Amino acid sequence: MSKRQLICIGCPLGCQMEAEQNEDGEIVSIKGNTCPRGDAYARKELTCPTRIVTSTVRVEGGMRHMVSVKTKEDVPKGKIFDCMGEIRKLAVAAPIAVGDVILPDIAGTGVALVATGNVDAR
Amino acid sequence: MRQYDIVIIGAGPAGLAAAVAAFDDGARRILILERDREPGGILNQCIHNGFGLHTFKEELTGPEYADRFIKQVRERGIECRLNTMVMDIGVDSGRDANATREPSARPMKYVTAMSRADGMYQVAARTVILAMGCRERPRGALNIPGYRPAGIYSAGTAQRLVNMQGYLPGRRVVILGSGDIGLIMARRMTLEGAKVLVVAELMPYSGGLKRNIVQCLDDYGISLKLSHTVVDISGKERVESVTLAQVDENRRPIAGTEETYECDTLLLSVGLLPENELSAGLGVELSPVTSGPIVNESLETNVGGVFACGNVLHVHDLVDFVSEEAALAGKNAAAYVKRMEAAEGDAKEAEIEIEIKPLSGVRYTVPSHVRLARMQPEQVVRFRVGDVYKNCFIRAYLNGRQIASKKRPVMAPGEMEQLKLKKEQLLECVEPGTSSYCLEIRVEEK
Repeated sequence: MSKRQLICIGCPLGCQMEAEQNEDGEIVSIKGNTCPRGDAYARKELTCPTRIVTSTVRVEGGMRHMVSVKTKEDVPKGKIFDCMGEIRKLAVAAPIAVGDVILPDIAGTGVALVATGNVDAR
Repeated sequence: MRQYDIVIIGAGPAGLAAAVAAFDDGARRILILERDREPGGILNQCIHNGFGLHTFKEELTGPEYADRFIKQVRERGIECRLNTMVMDIGVDSGRDANATREPSARPMKYVTAMSRADGMYQVAARTVILAMGCRERPRGALNIPGYRPAGIYSAGTAQRLVNMQGYLPGRRVVILGSGDIGLIMARRMTLEGAKVLVVAELMPYSGGLKRNIVQCLDDYGISLKLSHTVVDISGKERVESVTLAQVDENRRPIAGTEETYECDTLLLSVGLLPENELSAGLGVELSPVTSGPIVNESLETNVGGVFACGNVLHVHDLVDFVSEEAALAGKNAAAYVKRMEAAEGDAKEAEIEIEIKPLSGVRYTVPSHVRLARMQPEQVVRFRVGDVYKNCFIRAYLNGRQIASKKRPVMAPGEMEQLKLKKEQLLECVEPGTSSYCLEIRVEEK
């Protein structure tokens, strides 16, 4: 049995959790979470940690130079810098609205990159 | 002069939520004044996720969260004037909405604003909601010795440069202060290719949320040095290096612990200060602890009909709570307007007033006093503690009786706490003939 302390990042409450794993790495118990998100986060964090990546993409012909973007779902932690590499090369034309798909599949993750802000055309 | 029922100063998360709630409670002549060229306030540059879990039950980025409220404001046709700076708010006690000569119990307020398009003008308001937000504490407030080269930014300035204007302000970065914006910027600068060398925090605990330490520092192997501060900045034109030193329990640097980091940028994330110049000019009483207005259960200041919400009232960690608080201010402003229209007197109400006294570990509370007659069945009291507490209780006492108790595994100054008071419980403690009470809120170990 091994115990691991985790802090949930599901929301700003930041629940302090303790996960117990047996010799085979199976999760035996998770304590300290106040909602089901915490349980799900702990299981994922111990087996395949993921994060939502947020950044900005250049805009051409817009009222602003940049539009904020995010990966629509969380991507494996190890893929964060691959995502950033692709995001850096992108440029989109205004107008852009919240939810617009900027890239259907980022860095081979199968996850779309979507706009999180609005930029009107100039 | 245009007359409004409610004039809201600021179209950030607080102003927008206050406007929507006031409209939904029947108020119609509402005006929002915003100095920026778009509504949304600071949320527009907070492109990271984690907003809205309480309000919308989903995880949004700052601009998405703002967008939801901006849409709600637009759907309701609420007037919002952008690029407009409010210069002054005044009260004319000699006039009221019905233009009677008698001094009114609910005098009109006059808001002086200025914009490039309309020049300087005044609007009259039955109520004003203060929602101006806060500002970052600057270097000048810190007494950091050393030169004043380029390359020293507040974390929020760097955030605006990176996220809205597309500039990276530096390549090798030291961050002083572990406030949330500093932590978020440590990650953001790293993702954009900068090297964040270290985050130094003067206090023995972090000023930011735990989750931000996990996902902004731990994820990227950035070290957090608690009980450390900047003792020297060198570089004449541009920052060349920053020297950190450990501090003792009196926060004084310990000789011999200095470490120098070669870098081109220093970010400061050392606290936020409510922006209350307008409030002070209006005669609103401010708390020395929060630098925000002192308010009652309706979030109304000592100036009748002037309400406050969001970071101008006290600095929040979560925008969800800002929206919740602002909605309460909006509802109360709408109710004030209704009472004004009904020419209902305030004096008739039997005023039982309960002062909330923060004690042993509790630094302040919002609200700081409650009029029982105006209190909702449940009142949320928000506050911060002054130190790190483990396995403690937050308790409230009225007339020696415990009326609320809540166990908290961990409390820290960086995270806002709240306690709910039930009106029926307060009523049970109230005795006939006594009109003023003191409710104590304290941290207790057992």
